[in-house]
Amino acid sequence: MGVIYTIWLRNVKRYLRSKSRILGSLGMPLFFLVILGFGLNKVVTGPHMGRGYVAFIVPGIVSMTVLFTSMFAGIQIIWDKQFGFLKETLVAPVSRLEIMLGQTLGGATTALLQGFIILILSLFMGVRPGSAGGLALAIGFMILIGVAFTAMGIAIASRMDDMHGFQLIMNFVIFPIFGLSGALFPIGSLPAWLRSVTLLDPLTYGVEGIRYGLTGAAQLAPLASVAGLGAFAVLMVTLGARLFRRVQI
Amino acid sequence: MPAVRVERLTKDFDGLKAVNEVSFEIEGGRIFGLLGPNGAGKSTTLAMLSTVLEPTAGAAWVNDFDIRTQPDSVRRSIGIVFQDQSLDEELTAWENMDMHGRLYHVPRDPRRRKIGEMLELVGLSERAGDLVKTYSGGMRRRLEIARGLLHEPRVLFLDEPTLGLDPQTRNHLWTYIADLNRNRGITIIITTHYMEEADRLCHEVAIIDHGKIVASDTPAALKRQIGGDVVVLETTDNARVLPLLQALPAVKAVEPRDGALSIKLDQADRHVAELVTSCSRDGVGVTSLSVHKPTLEDVFLHFTGRTIREEEASGKERMRMAVRMWRR
Repeated sequence: MGVIYTIWLRNVKRYLRSKSRILGSLGMPLFFLVILGFGLNKVVTGPHMGRGYVAFIVPGIVSMTVLFTSMFAGIQIIWDKQFGFLKETLVAPVSRLEIMLGQTLGGATTALLQGFIILILSLFMGVRPGSAGGLALAIGFMILIGVAFTAMGIAIASRMDDMHGFQLIMNFVIFPIFGLSGALFPIGSLPAWLRSVTLLDPLTYGVEGIRYGLTGAAQLAPLASVAGLGAFAVLMVTLGARLFRRVQI
Repeated sequence: MPAVRVERLTKDFDGLKAVNEVSFEIEGGRIFGLLGPNGAGKSTTLAMLSTVLEPTAGAAWVNDFDIRTQPDSVRRSIGIVFQDQSLDEELTAWENMDMHGRLYHVPRDPRRRKIGEMLELVGLSERAGDLVKTYSGGMRRRLEIARGLLHEPRVLFLDEPTLGLDPQTRNHLWTYIADLNRNRGITIIITTHYMEEADRLCHEVAIIDHGKIVASDTPAALKRQIGGDVVVLETTDNARVLPLLQALPAVKAVEPRDGALSIKLDQADRHVAELVTSCSRDGVGVTSLSVHKPTLEDVFLHFTGRTIREEEASGKERMRMAVRMWRR
């Protein structure tokens, strides 16, 4: 436990210290939230949007923030590889699994904190969670998203030597996961074939879970969301731990 | 019991033998130098001894722990300072130390005490609360050494500890390293391609080239082994005086090297006049002359057939230096 806590502590300390990174990674979600939220609030209505489009996309933007932050937190180990700190941890008399888990929990924690900021900001846009229980459920989903995608970032970073492939990951992994997830549109209104594609996207279950928690209405049953996202998180942690064990320094 | 025992250790990278049946022993409390050009296999040897890399063949024991079967015990009993920096720049020096102590399971109270003590030892107490990114190269190195000592290892590995540092900082660091060894009895293994460093610090050196140890002894014994002093002579016509010099009875050997003549002989000071006279007798002017007692540089030349300086400014190192500059 001590080792996991140590690695977690390092991640959280670095996060709290880098004001520019906190602000920087809030830029895009805020942009989406404000522009789409206000811009389309009057235009977009539908059977699934009882409380308006802003309320509809807040869970989506929260998911997006957690997704991006956690993915970056995982991929950050490439930086540690290049700038050497990874060596310090890998030659210590500790298991790689502990290091990987510490990194995963650390990334998930920072992602959760970023998600909270969006949640708080959305209060000012008139969107508030329906109940305390619902909020707790939403937070549970945020944690799961954070864990799953930090682990995925670690898995990817374990196979990369430098940041050259980063753009590729951004365009072909992170954006599609976000775009297909139903963060910005109700998946129920999609044609059947596209709908099944969104169901292959693990983030869909996260978005729908958070949406259920915050607004009380979602396209997927909350239990299905927990099962889908939970299974994906377990898969990613296992894969991440496996690939991280093979990292050479 | 030796602190480190290495038997026919070998590392094969896709058919390339980076380390080829290397054997040596290091007595506890000594400073041992692995001396050789870049790519000779020094860092690979160190990586195997610190259980970061698995050997292809051979065996080694560090503090009596087998590197193949007891990696955790080996790791706990050694400290390592890597060639490339491995600090977290966004944490303070104190936090870097604390992180290390936690990773090595040093309990809280002794950890705090040791951190203070070690930072004091390397003269960084005043700056303990500053982020590492504000540190100079020499300070970072000292911090890394302090960190490597935090868990009280019996053997300390230093991989090119002064690479890329300015001469003054290098000198300081040498003093620290020598004091550590003298005052605390820590066994230290240094890899270096700076001859001066090996000469000044090491009780014993092994010269490693192309993955093999070509010579191993105390610096003094190695120098004695190649015998005699060396006079480096630059003349207006090296080729012409070379046979003349070779014919002198006091001269043991003459070799052209870097546009000068490297002349081996005993008691050089006595024969200098003789060398100069025999040049000028033939109408060849002497443009520069220097006498030196054999250095490890000469030892290296003797055993490998080339100077280590030729290797020193190799592409790899220049690139590393450029990268370092760019990172600052």
